[in-house]
Amino acid sequence: MIVALVLAAALTVGAVVAVALPFLKEPTAESDRFAEPDAASRRQLELAEMRDRALATLKELEFDHRTGKVSDEDYRALLGPLRRDAAQALRAIDQAASAAAAGSATAET
Amino acid sequence: MPQLGRAALVVSLALVAYALIAGAAAAVTRRRRLAVSARNALIAAFGSTVVASTVLVVALIRHDFAFTYVASHTSRALPTRYAVSAFWGGQEGSLLLWLLVLTGLGAVAVWLNRRSRDLVVWVVPVIAGVATFFAWMLVVVASPFATQRAPFDGAGLNPSLQNPYMVAHPPLLYLGYVGLTIPFAFAMGALLSGQTDERWIVATRRWTLIAWTALGIGQLLGAHWAYQEVGWGGYYAWDPVENAALMPWLAATAYLHSVMIQEKRGMLKIWNVILVSLAFCLSLFGTFLTRSGIVSSIHSFTQSSIGGWFLGFIVVVVVLTIGLIFYRLPLLKTKTRLESLVSREATFLYNNLLLVALCLTILWGVTWPIITEAVSGEARVVGRPYYDFFLRSFGLPLLLLMGIGPLIAWRKASLRGLGKTFAWPAGIAVLTGVVLIVLGAGSSTPGLIAYTFSAFVLGTIGLEFVRGTRARHSLSSEDWPRAFSSLIARNRRRYGGYIVHAAIVLLAIGIAGSSAYQHVTDKKLARGESLNVGPYTLTYRALERSSNANATEVRAVLDIRRGTQLVGTVRSGKNSYTEPAGTVSNEVGIHTNYLTGEDIFVIAETVYGNGTVSFRVLVKPLVNLIWLAGLIFLLGSLITLWPDAREQRRLATRYAELGSGASPAR
Repeated sequence: MIVALVLAAALTVGAVVAVALPFLKEPTAESDRFAEPDAASRRQLELAEMRDRALATLKELEFDHRTGKVSDEDYRALLGPLRRDAAQALRAIDQAASAAAAGSATAET
Repeated sequence: MPQLGRAALVVSLALVAYALIAGAAAAVTRRRRLAVSARNALIAAFGSTVVASTVLVVALIRHDFAFTYVASHTSRALPTRYAVSAFWGGQEGSLLLWLLVLTGLGAVAVWLNRRSRDLVVWVVPVIAGVATFFAWMLVVVASPFATQRAPFDGAGLNPSLQNPYMVAHPPLLYLGYVGLTIPFAFAMGALLSGQTDERWIVATRRWTLIAWTALGIGQLLGAHWAYQEVGWGGYYAWDPVENAALMPWLAATAYLHSVMIQEKRGMLKIWNVILVSLAFCLSLFGTFLTRSGIVSSIHSFTQSSIGGWFLGFIVVVVVLTIGLIFYRLPLLKTKTRLESLVSREATFLYNNLLLVALCLTILWGVTWPIITEAVSGEARVVGRPYYDFFLRSFGLPLLLLMGIGPLIAWRKASLRGLGKTFAWPAGIAVLTGVVLIVLGAGSSTPGLIAYTFSAFVLGTIGLEFVRGTRARHSLSSEDWPRAFSSLIARNRRRYGGYIVHAAIVLLAIGIAGSSAYQHVTDKKLARGESLNVGPYTLTYRALERSSNANATEVRAVLDIRRGTQLVGTVRSGKNSYTEPAGTVSNEVGIHTNYLTGEDIFVIAETVYGNGTVSFRVLVKPLVNLIWLAGLIFLLGSLITLWPDAREQRRLATRYAELGSGASPAR
């Protein structure tokens, strides 16, 4: 009974320490807000997803054509729009990066 | 030490309740330290639940009958491995297993994704919310640490549960049920935080696959247990509790396919969130069905009063989930549209509709007796013909789609191109159908269709591997074995998925063969007499009796002949257990032909005092392909789950552009 009580008390103390740990490690934090992506970062992520999607589909199309699963006719019909999608995404990422760089340069001056 | 167990559960409840409240407050107010504190609380809750579980396991091993749970589910004669399995043999222990797995998986998931703070900050309170329910049940409603004056011996474990399969089957099912909480929590986390990009999908891909694999293997082990132990001659009876595990598996299967459309085309965001939520809600419903005793089932080993609590919790989860999805609909709408009805994404969509339709018809069949009992006071049970009809109606087209999907390109495909692609597999399918008709398999139309479609799918899978290996061989100048292995290694999800498809085809062949083409004979025999079943003659030769500490065993011995040739001997009978007193189990005799996959399955229905026995004998062609399918399914799943370094690098590049605050674990 006593052993159980001692172990239960130790467990409770351990739990309290685990919960309080962030406040014990940083009693007075400079900034207590966690970082989250701003609108520009979210847009960048969206574009990166679009780019990856287009590139992956393009790669898969190439492989499927090589294996003979996709006919020459289908390959030609699909290749153009896929390349356009990938190019569009890459261009948009470049534009977003340039805009971000210009924004930070303006802020510095 | 029941006090330590009780205290550990109270600590767990306090921690998960804190993680729920503090986590939600941190997410709303964006407070970093409070969010970390809530996450720590969830991880610490796993620690305290481990302590509670250890107390129970030790009590089970030591036969400490001062624990009411131990006395109710074990006895001194029970072997240790079954004493340990009694952990999940009863209601309170199963709830503790739920909490243990949930806090364990939750702790690992939030820790691995700790860098993706804006997403995880809402995941913690969602997981903690589910955990709070289970911890509350364990502390207030159904404690495994209730005590009593210790009796000399316990009541023992249900004889049906004293089987090696029961040591693995329930934990795997629970791993599946509980594992589906993780993708659900991340989906809800994404909706709550408004971050509906692909990160929640990347973060939960493996969790969903693990849960889905565990649920699939768990069901197959359960089917094998039913086949060997329950002794009625089948492996799946459309029992409500069996259906309870099948439904979330079907919903998760649909999700695993539709999520690929979101990844490849950026479509179906709403549908994916709905499927993940459906899979989770069905896993809760499955636990409710198993544990509430609301429906009569060979698997409902407990009758209890927790049903109301469970039902209330399910209603709350469903209402909150639907409300949240509606609230975030504007964020989930996508601009991409389906370009053609003949495309990979279209076939995935058809596959999804069929899977969900099958899932919902099963749900209707399971709930119909509950609804009719509530309305009219008399439960009207939906029988096997209902389920078989819908399995054929939705399952056969699904089987065909499994062959069609991989051969069609994303976006759109021309019919002329498809003609070329499908020529070989279609030829194989037609040839198979003709050969089967010649061999006499036309006696069952669904069976014939299933076999023909199976040949088509196996043809497409084989063709995919052959073409892929040839392409790798010509691209990289690797030798053939290396080209084959690097083909799989470079696209594990795709080729692992094909292996899983091959397993499903074997499953379909096994089910079709063992149900559509089985032979059954019932006959009462005295010693020396014979019966005929299919091409076999079985002669009842002797009756053997033996006893051990746990049971008295009676076995009828039968010789099996095909023509005049002796092919084997089989023993079938019954066990009468000392604890629980008066319980009797059927111990079936199975003779397996490993070359053909056929079983001769002998049930001793009644053993009479004068030594005569009423037998039911079944010949089940190809039934062993079902169990082989399980091994191949596991292999395919492991290949799919194995980390892909190139995929990891690509995702790392994508999220590096965002900085360290947003990268999910892959």
